[in-house]
Amino acid sequence: MTAGLERERSGSRTITVNLLKNLTLREVRSEYKRTALGRLWSLINPLAQIAIYGVVFGVIFGAEPEPGINSGIHLFALWLGVGIVTWGFINGGIREAMQSFLSYQGLLKKVSLPRWTLPASKVLAKGITYLTEILVVAIICGVLGGWEILLRIWMLVPLLALTAMFIYGIGLVLAIGIVYFRDLEHFWGILTQIFFYASGIMIPRTTVEAAQASLDAGGHTLLGAPIPLLALFEANPVYQFLTAYRRVVYDFAFPEWQIMLSLALWSIGALVVGLFVYSRYQAKIVEEL
Amino acid sequence: MTDNAVEVRNVSKTFRVYHDRNQSIKATVLKGGRAKYEEFWALRDVSLEVPKGLTFGLLGLNGSGKSTLLKCIAGILQPNEGSITTRGRMAAMLEVGSGFHPELSGRENVYLNGAILGMSDREIDRKLDSIIDFAGVERFIDHPVKNYSSGMYVRLGFSVAIHTQPELMLVDEVLAVGDKDFQAKCLSKFDELKEEGKTVVVVSHSMGTMRTFCDRAAWLQEGELQSVGTAAEVVDQYAGSGEPVIELPGGGKRRGSGEAIFTRIQVLGADGLPRDEFAPDEPVRLRLDFEAKERINRPVFSASVVNAHQLNMFRINGIDRKWIPDVLEPGFGSLEIEVSSLPFASGDYHVNAELREQGSPVPADDLREACPIKLRRGDQWTARSLVYVPSAFDGLKMGLSAPRS
Ligand SMILES: Nc1ncnc2c1ncn2[C@@H]1O[C@H](COP(=O)(O)OP(=O)(O)OP(=O)(O)O)[C@@H](O)[C@H]1O
Ligand SMILES: [Mg+2]
Repeated sequence: MTAGLERERSGSRTITVNLLKNLTLREVRSEYKRTALGRLWSLINPLAQIAIYGVVFGVIFGAEPEPGINSGIHLFALWLGVGIVTWGFINGGIREAMQSFLSYQGLLKKVSLPRWTLPASKVLAKGITYLTEILVVAIICGVLGGWEILLRIWMLVPLLALTAMFIYGIGLVLAIGIVYFRDLEHFWGILTQIFFYASGIMIPRTTVEAAQASLDAGGHTLLGAPIPLLALFEANPVYQFLTAYRRVVYDFAFPEWQIMLSLALWSIGALVVGLFVYSRYQAKIVEEL
Repeated sequence: MTDNAVEVRNVSKTFRVYHDRNQSIKATVLKGGRAKYEEFWALRDVSLEVPKGLTFGLLGLNGSGKSTLLKCIAGILQPNEGSITTRGRMAAMLEVGSGFHPELSGRENVYLNGAILGMSDREIDRKLDSIIDFAGVERFIDHPVKNYSSGMYVRLGFSVAIHTQPELMLVDEVLAVGDKDFQAKCLSKFDELKEEGKTVVVVSHSMGTMRTFCDRAAWLQEGELQSVGTAAEVVDQYAGSGEPVIELPGGGKRRGSGEAIFTRIQVLGADGLPRDEFAPDEPVRLRLDFEAKERINRPVFSASVVNAHQLNMFRINGIDRKWIPDVLEPGFGSLEIEVSSLPFASGDYHVNAELREQGSPVPADDLREACPIKLRRGDQWTARSLVYVPSAFDGLKMGLSAPRS
């Protein structure tokens, strides 16, 4: 009897894994389906973005990052590129996960399935796209900076895992939330715009440092205390993710352990909260759809 | 071990019906709380059992809670109260082809849909040909499904669902879509499943399908269970449910259009005199007196003897016996039915009668519990049995030196 139960349980686990695989494949396959260039778009899109932002901020505004620590690369467009594709993964992953229950509502109303696989497949599919993008950027960095990139490139694996957990946790909360409050999407859109600038995608830390210095010099205060602009900037987990990826891909270095510790806490925290909200509300969402 | 595929115990399900449905943070903040809502009872204290291997029908008007009940069984909705147990692999076909992605090809969608319904890729590899074949979409299998006609869409979805080889299948009005060839194909597939001992729970508005296709049925009305029983009985009750049941002063219930009514039901002994108590082995005659108020074409009479649990012990029906007069003219009349005996266990029974125009969903009259009779114990009576079978102990042998060969 117990053996049979055990077999059934492991059977349902392989079924769930299989479902997740198929849902992810569906996302990946359908993304650029019926376009002449097909999957090439997943490379063209970020490269075009890098070129545009590189010209606007690097050439016109003259933004300048520090040279890569070990790589010696000194190219704003590449430094920016790491940030843009990573931001694309985090922002896009959360957005897709957020909308997953809504976009699959036809399915949810008609079929019983482990619902967590829906946002999970969205995050996985985005993760696959991101992997190809970041590898393209890494290859360019390797060509310019030397083979030493290979020494630390494996750090991408734990980083990717943490990022996916972070995205999934937040995405789960929002996916449940949006079922009850449909305008959550618009609030999130505004928040996203703030974070686009607050995460230092094209703003090097030195620029924020300079801004902090001029704030301090000007004697500006908020509620009687000095404005902790730089501290806030660095506390942002998205900034920390971007920094960690830049360390590996642009600097050929290990991320600082403080950043890794902070990211681990953020990711686990997001996942725990996400799973808690999910398990609390998932049974009730169908009737609200 | 019980042999029920589904057990539904005291299940209630409420939905929130919002007066002014707001689903926005803005409105919530402005009004200081979620919108007011009322509880709407979609299911109220429903209990039923679906025995393994049977085809079970759910009947009811639009909005009576049939789909809600199926969704609760399928685990899509969670009942507020009560419990539901199911046994075996289940496939819910509440809508075939849900989860198809329009941009993907038929083949890719088969894998995706199969995975959603719980099949592994290897299992689908094995069954792919059979799935495509059953759906009859070979030529289009590598086209994106957005180019499929809606019938092809349904065929492919149905084909995938049926190939999961479920022990228990929940089907919600799927039979209503598709052309007649496809419907016939579906029905014969269901018959096949039934022969393999699979359980099917089906919702349909087609009384004909229900009557022939289902073994048992349940009737829901405004979320409450009206009756459960053999499909024919429940379909009759449901079909005639527009007609109110009239309680008669002398005992009994009448339901029907009133085009004709039974004025009296009697049971006669061998001497031709009416009585209300009989031995289980004596011949009897049932006499139905009626008054036809209107002309009735091809009247179908039936009579039944039911026990105290409303179980049909015996039933005779004009269609089955191919005994259908051409016409019943207005006026009084009488019909006698010869019965060799009523070989049932002792106890209280009722003789019921029904009359309807052939093919009419509503009976002219359906008279129940108006003619009580009693059956005595016969000589060869035994407790705890339903029927009276003349039988006796015989031929005890002892002291044999070896088992009899
Ligand atoms: N998510 C929901 N929110 C609010 N009310 C609902 C919801 N789902 C169903 N209902 C209500 O529950 C009742 C039962 O619906 P259900 O779909 O079970 O009916 P049905 O018997 O399947 O009807 P039909 O024959 O039309 O298919 C209906 O009045 C419907 O409006
Ligand atoms: Mg329905």
